[in-house]
Amino acid sequence: MPLISLRDVTKSYPPSRRGGDVVHAVDGLTLDIEAGDIYGIIGYSGAGKSTLVRLINALEHATSGSILVDGDEVTRMKERELRRLRLGIGMIFQQFNLFTSKTVAGNVAYPLEVAKTPRRDIAPRVAELLDFVGLSDKARNYPEQLSGGQKQRVGIARALATSPRILLADEATSALDPETTHEVLELLKRVNTEFGVTIVVITHEMDVIQTLATKVAVMDGGRIVEQGDVFDVFSKPTEASSQRFVSTVVRGVPSATELTALRQRHPGRIVTLSFRDGNTSQGAVFSDLARAGVAFDLIYGGINDIRGRVFGHLTLALTGDADAVDRALATIATKVDATEAPSHG
Amino acid sequence: MDDLIPLLPKLWQASYETLYIVGLSLIFGGLGGLLLGLGLYTTRSNSLFSNRPVFGVLNVLVNVFRPIPFIIFLAAAQPLARFVTGTGIGNTAIIFTLSLAAAFGISRIVEQNLLTVQPGVIEAARSVGASRSRIMLTLLIPEALGPLILGYTFIVVALVDMSAVAGYVGGGGLGTFAIQYGYRQFHPVVTWAAVLVIIVIVQLVQFLGNYLARKALRR
Ligand SMILES: Nc1ncnc2c1ncn2[C@@H]1O[C@H](COP(=O)(O)OP(=O)(O)O)[C@@H](O)[C@H]1O
Ligand SMILES: [Mg+2]
Repeated sequence: MPLISLRDVTKSYPPSRRGGDVVHAVDGLTLDIEAGDIYGIIGYSGAGKSTLVRLINALEHATSGSILVDGDEVTRMKERELRRLRLGIGMIFQQFNLFTSKTVAGNVAYPLEVAKTPRRDIAPRVAELLDFVGLSDKARNYPEQLSGGQKQRVGIARALATSPRILLADEATSALDPETTHEVLELLKRVNTEFGVTIVVITHEMDVIQTLATKVAVMDGGRIVEQGDVFDVFSKPTEASSQRFVSTVVRGVPSATELTALRQRHPGRIVTLSFRDGNTSQGAVFSDLARAGVAFDLIYGGINDIRGRVFGHLTLALTGDADAVDRALATIATKVDATEAPSHG
Repeated sequence: MDDLIPLLPKLWQASYETLYIVGLSLIFGGLGGLLLGLGLYTTRSNSLFSNRPVFGVLNVLVNVFRPIPFIIFLAAAQPLARFVTGTGIGNTAIIFTLSLAAAFGISRIVEQNLLTVQPGVIEAARSVGASRSRIMLTLLIPEALGPLILGYTFIVVALVDMSAVAGYVGGGGLGTFAIQYGYRQFHPVVTWAAVLVIIVIVQLVQFLGNYLARKALRR
């Protein structure tokens, strides 16, 4: 049984102005998240990602549908039960949301006080958590004395204080620079592997999914438009709206306007080759071209690595004898996906 | 000067009465204002206890009573003061009316300062399972403590100002002293002595308030 299971969930907000439209932030969404997953949810801003995670710990109440967490129906819970549910679900935020009136240790202790942990057990647990996130020396500092990355690590320690089984991360690294992002993502990986915490990561950044997630769902207009293995979704999105999203985060196939610009600078025929691991290596293709006497320029594209598996798109401008190019293309097409851009005119 | 020296014991008595009136009004009005302010803050939409009708009633109540000039409010609320405290005149009546008026004023200051707390911080507390009343008491007030102290400091100064009209309903204090022994007896020095004491009181209050706020804000 999945740890988190949403069935046909809808969350609507009343119109913001008189006569406006009802906003369907989440619109008939169905999703299963298995225990132990690091489940990435990616999509444009306004897709409904934040609303979705906030439904899981009932910070927002669903308009309709069913939300099961560990088999319990969240949508029917009363305030008291919801408070118990939330002790088992940690959450971290883009803006960290640390308590400015409390020290680092005070922030981490707060959930334990809420959970009525015996006083004498609180200090050792706080020390243990701060050690885990590498901030033992900052226990007495206040949040404003920390860097962004340190603040998020305090956020993680606070979220883990009551040993939850689930961690919700809403754009947890979006306010951080790339290096700090990397550190925080590594820490989240350890949270998953060392404590077995199931993590739901919301992001609009490809990097986060690429380095962290084991599964991914693409969200658009309040729905999941595509989901599955991270490699599959990113290397070969099938739905039009996920293709559109993936193309904005993965540099791959040139758009029509980019193609026009490329044509002006490069003579010859323009072909886009798509590689996915398992099929032919780039080297084989390039040697085919060389053997056929076709010259090529690499004019567009990129190669992505998702947990050791490689995919990407390379766009080449081919020049040479017309027959030779035809023959070379025929050979290549048996090995990789090759799409020729329609010639102009 | 010769006018003033025989009046010094009366000046000290008046200073004491001002502090007494302001102190008690601060306690009652401050508490009332805090509760009313918390009510305004927590019942507005998207807050902890969102409740449109309750917010509407509180909001109108505050908007109606807050702008009434205190000297008029003092007269208008006299029957209420008599009903509640048993007397319509003297220091007791003035403390009652001042507390009431202050509560309306303070409620807005409290509401505004609570609104400076980032909603995300409240959300973080909710996400760890804290109850709404726990959040209100253990988080909301500490998070807004610095600005709240400054707001209350401002109110103490306003209370000193408002308490000066106590004489109209037979109350004492520095305002009564200045009018009775300075203004009516044509002794400007006596009036200015009362002014000087008021300035000292206000400065001390402001200094203490700033100090405490700085401590709360760690600056
Ligand atoms: N409290 C709210 N009231 C009204 N509309 C909201 C509220 N929260 C979110 N929305 C709307 O719901 C949609 C989805 O928002 P959100 O879940 O924050 O998207 P994302 O996190 O993917 O950027 C947006 O159109 C947003 O304006
Ligand atoms: Mg969001």
